[in-house]
Amino acid sequence: MNAGAPSGPPLIELEGITKTFGEGAAAFQALKGVDMRIERGDFVAVMGPSGSGKSTTMNILGCLDVPTSGVFRFLGVEVQALDRDQRSLLRRRYLGFVFQGFNLLARTSALENVELPLLYRGERKAVRREAAMRALDQVGLAPWADHTPAELSGGQQQRVAIARALATEPEVLLADEPTGNLDTERSIEIMELLTRLNGEGITILMVTHEHEMAGFARTVVHFRDGLVERVERGEAALAGETG
Amino acid sequence: MFGMFGATLLLAFREIRRHLLRSFLTTLGIIIGVSAVITMVTLGNGVTASVKEQISSLGSNVFIVFPIPGDRGPPRPFEQADVDAVGNQIAGVEVAAGSVSTGATAFHNGQDWSSNVQGVDNVFLQAQSIDVIEGRAFTAEEMEAGKNVCLVGPKVLEAIFVAGVSPLGERMRVNQVSCTVVGALEERGEGGGGSDQDNVVMMPLKTVQRRFLGNDDLHYFVVKYDAAYSSSTIQDSLVDLLRERRLLQGTADNDFNVIDTAQVNQALGAATGALTAMVALIAGISLLVGGIGIMNIMLVSVTERTREIGIRLAIGALAREVRLQFLTEAVVLCCLGGLIGIALALLFSWSLATAIDVPFVFDPTINILSFAFSALMGIAFGYYPARRASKLDPIDALRHE
Repeated sequence: MNAGAPSGPPLIELEGITKTFGEGAAAFQALKGVDMRIERGDFVAVMGPSGSGKSTTMNILGCLDVPTSGVFRFLGVEVQALDRDQRSLLRRRYLGFVFQGFNLLARTSALENVELPLLYRGERKAVRREAAMRALDQVGLAPWADHTPAELSGGQQQRVAIARALATEPEVLLADEPTGNLDTERSIEIMELLTRLNGEGITILMVTHEHEMAGFARTVVHFRDGLVERVERGEAALAGETG
Repeated sequence: MFGMFGATLLLAFREIRRHLLRSFLTTLGIIIGVSAVITMVTLGNGVTASVKEQISSLGSNVFIVFPIPGDRGPPRPFEQADVDAVGNQIAGVEVAAGSVSTGATAFHNGQDWSSNVQGVDNVFLQAQSIDVIEGRAFTAEEMEAGKNVCLVGPKVLEAIFVAGVSPLGERMRVNQVSCTVVGALEERGEGGGGSDQDNVVMMPLKTVQRRFLGNDDLHYFVVKYDAAYSSSTIQDSLVDLLRERRLLQGTADNDFNVIDTAQVNQALGAATGALTAMVALIAGISLLVGGIGIMNIMLVSVTERTREIGIRLAIGALAREVRLQFLTEAVVLCCLGGLIGIALALLFSWSLATAIDVPFVFDPTINILSFAFSALMGIAFGYYPARRASKLDPIDALRHE
């Protein structure tokens, strides 16, 4: 989807992905054959009405779920063939997550929240601390390192969550409705932060239902009824081309 | 790897502190179980030690023989001839010596003291391993002639003699009998049946028989035998000889009792063993209930923290890392319970030992064992909830409200 010339395998490749929930008469096919390619450095917004399959796609792209059929290659690796722990290892090495509900550990300082993924990577304390502080600095929250989520505003909490996703220097940042719980001003701040991070080289996949937010992406993928309906170049990309 | 484990441990402590009251109530079963086991075992050890000391104060390889009411009415006392016959006619018997004793008031230095006077000879002192720590035992002449000389027990010394001054050569009076102190007795503690063996004035057997009791009866006698002989063989011979001498026919019940200190030791061991088994059972039930409590609260904790588990899984925690986290929490909880239980047990057993006047015998084995068992309970009852946490689906867990 990215206009840039790909070198090696694409970052993400989906071929004929289907996902069925339940069995027999109660079975529901959420994805009916999704094909998609995402190159390194892209900023993709996934849009669509609820039930269109965008969240299911994000779960599969985030290696949290596996497709019922089809092929999902991440850096050329067929993810659907990996077991649970192998997918966990892939997540902790390459992926960072940002959720709508922030999902920070309560009663735990911002710094410790950001350190968490580094802990599972087995980094030593000094290394964790340094990387976490660097990530907090990237989102402009270094002075709030000792505050717990309850002591931070929604926008600040989401920035801590972004810092947590950045701490491991992931290849891809997956954001599921990152501005869903924020007012417009905070939302725009978050989107500007994501745009800046994308400019620094990180690939971003974002689910949103707000056109305004999708406008920050380079590529917008529209889902409908478990299929990709159409793909648009985002306003950011257009602005880049015209400017 | 240590960083990971250290962080897991820290997290476990933090979670426990977060729900301090709940954690405490959860571990109550383990606290009670552990403290009950340790307290009972420690007290049991104390009682055993105390009784063993009493028995050893009676001497080892010793029978004590005393009359009891028989078919023909009240107890018939023994005579010196019975004791001599036992001493001379039974193979394996080293010595046999009779004794009498009666309540008496001791007077000295213008004070009086309610005590006991016991008539003994040197053979009796030897058979019972009673040491004279100052002065001397009786001379042959004193015993033969029934002289007015005495050996004073430590309680009597303490009560009416001047502290720090040797009592040797002092005159004292027991009831109406004046006597000269020739020796001081070692401290022996309580004897069988709660009698205080230290509150005693000993005089030659004949002196007490003549001056206090007015007859030649013996209240009981002791038989010391060679350890190389079987105690039951000697006991059988002893019973046969006494039945013959006391003219007991055919099926008539013995009108005397023979106590074997070795048997008392065995019986004590058996009683202690039964008690320990019962305590172990009660404690086992208590710990089982405690363990189920741990499992229950860990399941609650897993449910409460479903989202947290989802976050951890999403950012790349492996199933076994999540399992380890919850298992660690359960084990830490149980270990803390175990430690509190040990602390309480030390407090209880020390105060109870003091209250019932038995020695406080700290037993490291039962303490370590109880602690290890608590940790084991954490693993046994924490495993299922931990496994359940690790099996959660990250997507569902993240959606959990």
